[in-house]
Amino acid sequence: MFFCPEIFKSMHTYKFSLKKFIYSFVIVLLIWYGFTTSFEPTELITGILISLIIAYISVKNFNCCDPILMMPSHILHFIKYFFVFIGALIKANLDVAHRVLSPELPINPGIVTFKTKLTNEFAKMILANSITLTPGTLTIDIIKNNFYVHWIDVTTEDPEKVYKEIAEPFEKILLKIYN
Amino acid sequence: MEIIHEILKYIGLAFILIGSIFLFLGALGIYRMPDLYNRLQAGTKASTLGAMSVILGVGLLQPFWLIKLIIIIIFIGFANPLSSHALARASYRAGIKPCCEKEIDFYGKAVEKQLKKIKKNYKT
Repeated sequence: MFFCPEIFKSMHTYKFSLKKFIYSFVIVLLIWYGFTTSFEPTELITGILISLIIAYISVKNFNCCDPILMMPSHILHFIKYFFVFIGALIKANLDVAHRVLSPELPINPGIVTFKTKLTNEFAKMILANSITLTPGTLTIDIIKNNFYVHWIDVTTEDPEKVYKEIAEPFEKILLKIYN
Repeated sequence: MEIIHEILKYIGLAFILIGSIFLFLGALGIYRMPDLYNRLQAGTKASTLGAMSVILGVGLLQPFWLIKLIIIIIFIGFANPLSSHALARASYRAGIKPCCEKEIDFYGKAVEKQLKKIKKNYKT
């Protein structure tokens, strides 16, 4: 409560929205069918009931109904994002392997900052997660528009250059989807 | 059909091998790095790809489980970086500073500013 007043405030001023409810219901239902992978009537009915309950409980914290996922161009962007992300993840792991296995431990750590242009909260979360899984960076905190990133090998302190090095390839795609 | 099954089996075993190598490297990184934040870096990345790769390998060995395992992979992809972010944020605010002296630190000022603002609001 003391550290995150904004979250605490939003819990009181919460309004039930049907759109969010339906989105979360569909997602929970899909996960249920993925896990059971059977189509007996009892399973189907139990799945619907449990999804309704879970969706009703979790809808107030649910925060990804803004994107219109069904548009074909968005799906193309998501696929592109996925491949960029997998490439970055593999590169990050090779980078970790290189650093860990070299005897002199080549690190030069520091915490840098940059500003993002994204406004959507869910998009910010995706960007933060992607930054955490790319080579040598770990998102520590997001305060409004500022990302604070722990960088294992600091080459520059200037926010603009940091942005270009760390976030640009991901943010370019996310801006196309969410703005 | 038999041949496809055999090929899938070997690809799955290769995935499991690669995944376990990365998991081992992650553990080694946690042992070798000097402070908490660098340890989190090594731990998060290596364990994410390692776990994903092992689970995918198991999925190729047992194709009936593949859908469940893909859901678990997506869940790991979201949950692992989030948890490491929560750990890093909490430990910074609990007072664990980064190790090296000449280190660049933009985050400390922002945290102080935020705390001041909260205290001001709290008093009035």
